[in-house]
Amino acid sequence: MRQKKDDGPFDGAERVAANGLLHRRLFLSGGTLAAGAAALGGLGTATPAAAQGVFPDWRLKPGKSFTGYGVPSRFEEPVQRTFTARAPSYPSPGAGSSRTPLHLLEGIITPSGLHFERSHSGVPDIDPEKHTLLVHGLVRQPLLFDVESLARYPTVSRIHFIECSGNSGAGWGVNPPVGPVATMHGLVSCSEWSGVPLSYLLDEAGIDPAAKWILAEGSDAAGMSRSVPLSKCVDDAMIALYQNGERVRPEQGYPMRLLLPGWEGNMCVKWLSRIKLTKGPTHTKDETSKYTELMPDGKSLQFTFPMEVKSTITRPSEGINMRGPGFYEISGFAWSGNGKIKRVDVSADGGKSWAEAALAEPVASRALTRFRLGWQWDGGEIILQSRAVDETGAVQPTREALIAAKGIKNAYHYNGITSWEVRASGLVKNVWA
Amino acid sequence: MSGRKAILAGAIGAALLVPAAARAVDPPKTGRPAPADLVKLMDISIPPDGTGLPAGQATAKQGQQVYLTRCAACHGERGEGATNDRLVGGRGTLTDEQTFKTVGSYWPWATTLFDYVRRAMPYNAPLSLKDEEVYGAVAYVLFLNEIVGENDPINAQTLPKVQMPNRDAFINAFTEPERR
Repeated sequence: MRQKKDDGPFDGAERVAANGLLHRRLFLSGGTLAAGAAALGGLGTATPAAAQGVFPDWRLKPGKSFTGYGVPSRFEEPVQRTFTARAPSYPSPGAGSSRTPLHLLEGIITPSGLHFERSHSGVPDIDPEKHTLLVHGLVRQPLLFDVESLARYPTVSRIHFIECSGNSGAGWGVNPPVGPVATMHGLVSCSEWSGVPLSYLLDEAGIDPAAKWILAEGSDAAGMSRSVPLSKCVDDAMIALYQNGERVRPEQGYPMRLLLPGWEGNMCVKWLSRIKLTKGPTHTKDETSKYTELMPDGKSLQFTFPMEVKSTITRPSEGINMRGPGFYEISGFAWSGNGKIKRVDVSADGGKSWAEAALAEPVASRALTRFRLGWQWDGGEIILQSRAVDETGAVQPTREALIAAKGIKNAYHYNGITSWEVRASGLVKNVWA
Repeated sequence: MSGRKAILAGAIGAALLVPAAARAVDPPKTGRPAPADLVKLMDISIPPDGTGLPAGQATAKQGQQVYLTRCAACHGERGEGATNDRLVGGRGTLTDEQTFKTVGSYWPWATTLFDYVRRAMPYNAPLSLKDEEVYGAVAYVLFLNEIVGENDPINAQTLPKVQMPNRDAFINAFTEPERR
């Protein structure tokens, strides 16, 4: 690859916002990144090369045989969910969460073993042959469904994020969190989910016209339960049986979970074992004492279900630092519980000027959407931000605007703009800006 | 907008609840009738009107012992919190700089306390308390919060009538989607 100057082959690319943000067309047609790959050729291939150490060890002997279930390379071992380690004496070790290492992932699908976890009393070890789903309450006929029998219904597959409504909650705090993207945003993941539309099962049981809500309950030791409006249940709710092509992982609700596209992860009840049709909400612990939004006037918003439009840059970010001036790809996720992402803008001057990022296909409704933008960093200290807009026209707010509207005691539904300070040293830090 | 929304435009009638794409097929009916006694045993959720609350009762005085033996290790002897949530006090702090969201200061319904204690507590042995022990633990936590008296019987009739201090501070933010 020939380089015109120290700062690389994109020196001539069109700059569309301050501090080196480049036009998104770099990513719209494959760009020009592949141009230099062929230049290295010319190595000899005669066998003496082996003796001279030209080829690595693994080239010189057969590799290992087949395995029943593959795992990542041993060199990827550091790519792990993060969680707070508890002392052995801690009385409730299974109540809490683990976070997806978003800064180490690409594309939009979260590997199933890295999907964030949130459980209230640990992960149950459920035998699917002994698990049933009871549908009862305001129905013509209460019914029991087996796991196996659900596989006989017409199946739907959709790519959706699941986000804990407490995700990014550090944004309400006085000081920005220290740590990688996951420290603040790691309670969102995205999978292809396959399963049965809930409406089939409700229809089969026969909905009483008086029913307006359901109660969904899990078979974990907490009996986690949430109320859901019936309209969502007959619109796009799914009993998810598969996650990324295989059965839903135990941490995600094996053998079945409720999936409510775009709505609070807490409502997507895992280990689902009971659905009761009701006139009104049951007001469970997790929709009253938790997952309600305390406002500055002391009132609390209850039943705020959709997760609002949000985004964050994942590269660069804390731990994914700069290595000197030159070309970089800015990359990140955007998502909205209200539909598709329409646009993501990126700023390299703390929000004064914005450049539209390229959105990578597929752009699915209520799914993580990958955005990318070329950037020529001149080595100066700047603030990187991303701002998502969804198809309803909702715009991700600044942290300042969000706090002005909702105060700082909310604890849930934080979707303010994330600011990454890029220092001259190349270090990247989460800041309030 | 979508076919889905179009379906919702209709009345909530059983035939209309199946998504448009699937109406051409007749889905299997694999559900088997659930025996009434099984449904009754599995149905442990308690809404604010108290429907489903079991027989039996207890006062705070009677519940103190169960609280101290089954709850206090994680929540403190007087509900002040330990390794797990504080349950008592904090009333009037929701707009203060330091806020304490407890059963007494925040929870809108007393029935939720019965529902949650019975289904999930104690952490290491859910569903192990007898109904009267649940009533007792609930009564004691409400008493510590100065919401009921020490000798008030808490049962299926009285619990739904308990007025929680923060009940009127919750705003239902959900609005049904437009049906077009």
